[in-house]
Amino acid sequence: MVSMMDAILLQILNGLDKGSAYALIALGLTLIFGTLGVVNFAHGALFMIGAFCAVTLQKILNISTITIDPEKTDFLGKPLQVKTPLVETWFGEVAGNAIINWNVPIAIFFSIPIMLAIGFIMERGLIRHFYKRPHADQILVTFGLAIVLQEIIKAFYGANPIPTPAPDVFRGSFDFGVMIGFAKNAIIYPYWRLVYFTFSTAVICAVFAFLQFTTFGMVVRAGMADRETVGLLGINIDRRFTIMFGVAAAVAGLAGVMYTPINSPNYHMGMDFLVLSFVVVVVGGMGSLGGAVLAGFLLGILESFASMNEVKGFFEAIFLPSIDQIIIYLIAIIVLLARPRGLLGRKGVMEE
Amino acid sequence: MLKLGKNDLGVFGFVVAITLLAPFLMNPFPEGSALAQFNAGYPDLMQRFVIFGIFAIGFNILFGLTGYLSFGHAAFLGVGSYAAVWMFKLLTMNIIPAIILAVLISGLFALVIGYVSLRRSGIYFSILTLAFAQMSFSLAYSVLTPITNGETGLQITLNDPRVLDTVNTTGNLPVTGLFGLEMRDTATLEIAGWAFQFNVGFYVSALIMLAAFYLSIRVFRSPFGLMLRAIKTNQNRLNYTGLNSRPYTLAAFVISGMYAGLAGGLMASMDPLAGAERMQWTASGEVVLMTILGGAGTLLGPILGAGFIKYFENIFSKINDNVLHGWFNFMPDFMENVMVTIIHPFVGKGWHLTLGLLFMIIVIFLPGGLVDGGTRLWKRLLTRKQDNSSSVVATTPAK
Repeated sequence: MVSMMDAILLQILNGLDKGSAYALIALGLTLIFGTLGVVNFAHGALFMIGAFCAVTLQKILNISTITIDPEKTDFLGKPLQVKTPLVETWFGEVAGNAIINWNVPIAIFFSIPIMLAIGFIMERGLIRHFYKRPHADQILVTFGLAIVLQEIIKAFYGANPIPTPAPDVFRGSFDFGVMIGFAKNAIIYPYWRLVYFTFSTAVICAVFAFLQFTTFGMVVRAGMADRETVGLLGINIDRRFTIMFGVAAAVAGLAGVMYTPINSPNYHMGMDFLVLSFVVVVVGGMGSLGGAVLAGFLLGILESFASMNEVKGFFEAIFLPSIDQIIIYLIAIIVLLARPRGLLGRKGVMEE
Repeated sequence: MLKLGKNDLGVFGFVVAITLLAPFLMNPFPEGSALAQFNAGYPDLMQRFVIFGIFAIGFNILFGLTGYLSFGHAAFLGVGSYAAVWMFKLLTMNIIPAIILAVLISGLFALVIGYVSLRRSGIYFSILTLAFAQMSFSLAYSVLTPITNGETGLQITLNDPRVLDTVNTTGNLPVTGLFGLEMRDTATLEIAGWAFQFNVGFYVSALIMLAAFYLSIRVFRSPFGLMLRAIKTNQNRLNYTGLNSRPYTLAAFVISGMYAGLAGGLMASMDPLAGAERMQWTASGEVVLMTILGGAGTLLGPILGAGFIKYFENIFSKINDNVLHGWFNFMPDFMENVMVTIIHPFVGKGWHLTLGLLFMIIVIFLPGGLVDGGTRLWKRLLTRKQDNSSSVVATTPAK
């Protein structure tokens, strides 16, 4: 018999990993919006590119030399072809296998420079020219960019999801309930989801600490409040904002890299997440970093509650369709009707 | 005439002529010639031209006049399609009740969505409409399966009641029609190698599009249209003069939603099925692109944009590697292969890549769209002509 407490705790845990992804993407969106005042419809594509960094690294690590073993035969009776990944030949079998196994965590370091570079190029090459254009133009051009990025990835990697497994140590689930004093087998939770949650909390804390405790972050915050005055003080605020764009791209990319074991990446995963992340940003309050993170976790958890069988049964009992597919949108509508600025929105942001 | 100004009458006459003569104009190359693949004069494609034309005209009433960028307009198209197919299932295969219901239902739907979304403007509005459209899409895909038939899409079957129609004993699925005229009927006129196809469905849709276009001209020139423009120019100032702009934007939103529903209903009338993918954000993005490409806020723009996109979608998707090799056959082999490799990602299945690039290029370099580009070119030509006649060398003033 599963008690109510267990069920609630389990749903909260289930909501955390999706909520973490929403929070990370929404954080990046808000960073870009808060600094540059641009709504980046290509942010989902950055998340997707991050995931494909992990896929690319996996492919690179699995580049193999083929040697023919004359003593064994394959099922067709031909001599067996033995594939040896190059990393195995270089680092020895044990270390090589470990590197391949730890592909996803290693991809974090692989993806950061790539995402920073993509962010830089995007901002300097394209978005910079749109600061003085209407918001509609910014939305449209980044939307076009999202399509282009998505199609490029599709051309290279195909349309099918590519499985990118977590390291062996983190595969499978563990009994979370026992650790905090619940009965056995009450709360079973996959390892990797816990890793994802911990990782995203760390990233979020790092971003906040960076903004709060470094001089650079202080200047950026000042620039978010009043760009012109900071510029008049002789600080090159544009350059710092460009760097923040790179950081936001890297945050989205990291969210993507670590998400690959949870959901095999495909070329349209970015757009699927983007729409929801926008809703998260709007619910949290446009331009509020804390609001974005809060709303991300909140909506992730509520989504997982709505998919509980008890809740579904309740809605069926009163002849309504179950709402797990649309709960996020419903909440967004309610929040916007009740608190048009969002949960933690500041006055005067995007109120033309 | 028709209560239109001189210029508008010209534009309207131009559109009427082009639409009615489309079977000739879209078929400039004789059958069997090498260029016949660039023909667009077959019923299916021509129907799509006019139907998406209606969709874009309606979108333009909202975006072009009020500046509210809706990213969820495909939802209305989808709702219209579902409503129309239900009429075919329950009532009759005649398209008139189907289209009327499609327009009404999508209008109601737009009223509800507009009422909520229009509480915010700018980016908030875009995001809200996008969220609503995605919500409708996932509802249609999963929860509302009894109404929408989920993934398979809603289709007509032999067992449907169709209370107004005579009992079907043929064992074939009935076809959509208008008082006995079947939508799929096509007359082919062959003249010296050309085959011109005249399709009932196309002409029905074309007449409806012309009516819709006429209505949109009247909206553009009405005091109501002027009010919508005022909202685009400066909503604050309008509010300070004591006017409440919300009813006007809501009216524009509902009208444009009804246009989308009309397009959806017509789409179902040409081919009686409706699927959830018609409501996806890509479909919404497409109509935005059509309007922008042609020129938002202009009369002719959306129609041009819709035709342009649908034409190139069709042509580009048909080009495969064999066709490419055929084109560059005259080159030496290695050059041929290089050219094919360069162009390959952009054609065939890569059409969406071209579409995305086109989208960016238009927004970056030609925010006014094709119509604006054309006008600017025309003005430059005119000034040059004057320069020549007076033989004074002058630079064209920067705009």
